[in-house]
Amino acid sequence: MALLKLQNVEKYYGNKSSLTKAVDDISFTVDKGEFTAIMGASGSGKTTLLNCISTIDRVTAGHIFLEDTDITKLKGKALNRFRREKLGFIFQDFNLMDTLTAYENIALALSIQKCSAKDIDKLVKSVAEQLGITEVLNKYPYQMSGGQKQRVASARAIVTNPKLVLADEPTGALDSKSAKMLLERFGYLNHEHDATIIMVTHDSFTASYASRVLFIKDGKVFNEINRGGDSHKQFFDKIIDVVTLLGGDVSDAL
Amino acid sequence: MLFKISLSNIRKSLKDYAVYFFTLVVGVAVFYVFNAIETQTAFLNVSEDHREFIKFLVQAISAVSLFVAIVLGLLIVYASRFLMKRRNKEFALYMMLGMSKWKISALLLCETVMIGIGSLFVGLLIGVGLSQVMSAVVANLFEADMTSFKFTISGSAIAKTIIYFGIMYAVVIIRSGIVIGKCRLITLMQSGRRSEKITMKNPWLCVIVFLISAAVLGYAYYMVGWNQMDLGPRKILAAIIMGAVSTFFIFWSVAGMLLRVIMSVKGLYHRGLNSFTFRQISSKVNTTVASMTVICLMLFVTICTLSSAFVIRNNMNRQVEEFFPVDFYGEMEKQDNDDQPMYTDIEKNYSDQGLSIEDDLGVYHNFHIYTDPGFTVLGYIGDKTDKLTDEYGSIGQMDDYRLEMIRLSDYNALMKLYGGKALELNDDEYAICATFSGFVSIYEMLLEDNPVINVFGNELVPHSQKTIYSYVRPSMQPINGGVFIVPDGAVEESGAGVNIVVGNYSANDKKELAEAEKTARGNWEKVQTNIVGDSQSSGTRIYMDTKIEAANSAVDLGALVTFLGLYIGFVFLVSCGAILALKELSESSDSASRYTMLRKLGVEEKEITGSVFTQSAIFFALPLLLACLHSYFGMRLAKFMLSMLVSGGIFKSMLFTAGVVVLIYGGYFLLTFIGSRAIVREQK
Repeated sequence: MALLKLQNVEKYYGNKSSLTKAVDDISFTVDKGEFTAIMGASGSGKTTLLNCISTIDRVTAGHIFLEDTDITKLKGKALNRFRREKLGFIFQDFNLMDTLTAYENIALALSIQKCSAKDIDKLVKSVAEQLGITEVLNKYPYQMSGGQKQRVASARAIVTNPKLVLADEPTGALDSKSAKMLLERFGYLNHEHDATIIMVTHDSFTASYASRVLFIKDGKVFNEINRGGDSHKQFFDKIIDVVTLLGGDVSDAL
Repeated sequence: MLFKISLSNIRKSLKDYAVYFFTLVVGVAVFYVFNAIETQTAFLNVSEDHREFIKFLVQAISAVSLFVAIVLGLLIVYASRFLMKRRNKEFALYMMLGMSKWKISALLLCETVMIGIGSLFVGLLIGVGLSQVMSAVVANLFEADMTSFKFTISGSAIAKTIIYFGIMYAVVIIRSGIVIGKCRLITLMQSGRRSEKITMKNPWLCVIVFLISAAVLGYAYYMVGWNQMDLGPRKILAAIIMGAVSTFFIFWSVAGMLLRVIMSVKGLYHRGLNSFTFRQISSKVNTTVASMTVICLMLFVTICTLSSAFVIRNNMNRQVEEFFPVDFYGEMEKQDNDDQPMYTDIEKNYSDQGLSIEDDLGVYHNFHIYTDPGFTVLGYIGDKTDKLTDEYGSIGQMDDYRLEMIRLSDYNALMKLYGGKALELNDDEYAICATFSGFVSIYEMLLEDNPVINVFGNELVPHSQKTIYSYVRPSMQPINGGVFIVPDGAVEESGAGVNIVVGNYSANDKKELAEAEKTARGNWEKVQTNIVGDSQSSGTRIYMDTKIEAANSAVDLGALVTFLGLYIGFVFLVSCGAILALKELSESSDSASRYTMLRKLGVEEKEITGSVFTQSAIFFALPLLLACLHSYFGMRLAKFMLSMLVSGGIFKSMLFTAGVVVLIYGGYFLLTFIGSRAIVREQK
């Protein structure tokens, strides 16, 4: 069942004299429970695409449907409500409130949904256990490691049980060990909780944890590969092949 | 190039500068308005007495201006330092690009000069406009007519304003030059790295500090609020220091406890944006304990000054009506070598000069005050001295003196003149009339035991356990310290001493009244000159007052305190508002990214605005609340000290004060809220 459907999405920047097509006529669908990675070089338009899906940016043309709602038509209160209830965000630089503890950061996502204090406590504790951050719940962001911060941010993103989790370069600021740990958690959430995740990355290793990888070049979908029954190593090799085909700086990022 | 950079800098940080600029403009305008009073009133057709007084008022304002200039100067230095700190990264960039320290100083000079000239120009423009309104206010106060009103600009006030503010700006320029000269690139660059450490104070320590400060504050309140009789200048100073220090520690401990208290209420803390909002407030209060204390104390001084000024102003005119109901009052008193009262006779002195009181006053009453050597204050207090000393302090060490008595028939004649209630006494009764609140309570305490008095061999019992709220001598103030009213038969003529004449002129309109006043005054002075010149009359004191004069001084005093109170109050309120606004606005721009984050999480715009409002409101309300509490007790002392000057409610005056505070302080709050909202919004 298609959870997310993109129809001929376009996003242009600039004016008539110098037009940049950041996203150029992209269409694809994401099913419920899929773990999709979007790969591409810097400037390929992958982050713009994610911003359009997350309603942070507006599309120039085309439609994006989540379930049956056309989210390109949402405005004001409905838009905020949509973000609050249907989406979970994970950012490269964590975007945690530095004035709040980990617990409060996670709780904030619930409290702005007017969740009761009793439920908040229960939900925060259970999500913290799943992501292995129970022992840092009372720490402030500056007291945590990068990996812990990103897992707290992930906990905040999924605690509201969103339809779709969007991650923008989630491993970008992490060392390889923390990155691996985080991605294993993503896999766990995807398998055990049927969470639908879209992750933007330029890192092949990160992408290899997904079940499906979309490659974007110059604002268009260049290629798409599915993991199918491949082992992790096999899938990683396949990705490398495509990246080599793409050439340029994506391979540099390895 | 330099000019261009500084101009664009100002434009860029307009949000930060707006409040600074606004404050400078208000400062300049207020400074000009009050210093231009002399010129503004020159054309007014005020009477000669008031003219003299306006001269005095101008001098007083001049003196206060120096103080005001110091306060404004400190504010400007503080604000500029604050704004400069926020630009450390920018300076670091300039230095990394190879700009010399001289160049950076020149850049700052350029900016300060631009802002200085701009604020002076705009401020003076507004000031000139407002001072025309001031003319009308002054005219209204002094009942002068405005027919010869013309638009005036005071060159001297402009010069004064420019010089004073020029000096302030020069100080700012020199200071920033020194700071730039001393600073090092590495510290500038690192200053941008905001310490994200959240200091949680030890909660138990906070509770203990809070309790101790509250106790100290409570004791200071008790000292000024209840134990006033025992209060010397030294004790007042001690109370003020105790209050100031405990204010600081209360803010310090509240900053530490506030969050914990709210956090403990889970349902409240995790509701909507509350956790975020209260964290913000707590960190803000934590970093501004010292400023909060200064602001709180300044607000306290402002509220007390303004309220006292309004109390005086509101009650003075009414009091003249109430306590000076006759046109003329003259008194003659003579003491022998032992300072004991002797018999005096005004009428005789008049007739010695070939004059007659009857000619001057249409209706009048001439009477004597009686004293008995055996009837003294310590004798009356008797064995209650100890109790009084316990309650009122220094009474026990008081000198003994004879208590004053008036015959019932004289008293009733006076009441007829004053429009008061006549009194009936049995032959063996006495009553006490008094208006001075401190003495009234002492008398009524003594009267509880129905003390019998013995005057000229007659035993008298109290008519009632209450004193009568009336007076014998007309006065601007309720300062009748107590006169005993006794039956006519109870006094002996040998006891007659002080001679008093009160009465009304026979005049039908204002002009005749002024004429009569002039004659009566002239005749009295003639008699006075004669007595003073006569060596036989050494030890004679001769004193007169008239209703017109009392009314004039009431107006003058009211005007003086109103002007000075408003002047100081304005400047203080503006300073408090400006400091808070600067802090809050810069805090908002520092937190802008946090609001962006909240938006990404899908928080409603309404809730974000609500959070900004709550933050500003609590930030502004905290010092005001404590200041109000301080003021409540401060005003108890002020009321006690003013009781010699005015009686009557302070409610109306508090309302006036609240109006001024709400207008200025509230205005700054509103500006801050709107500014913060704009800063938070523009990150969209």
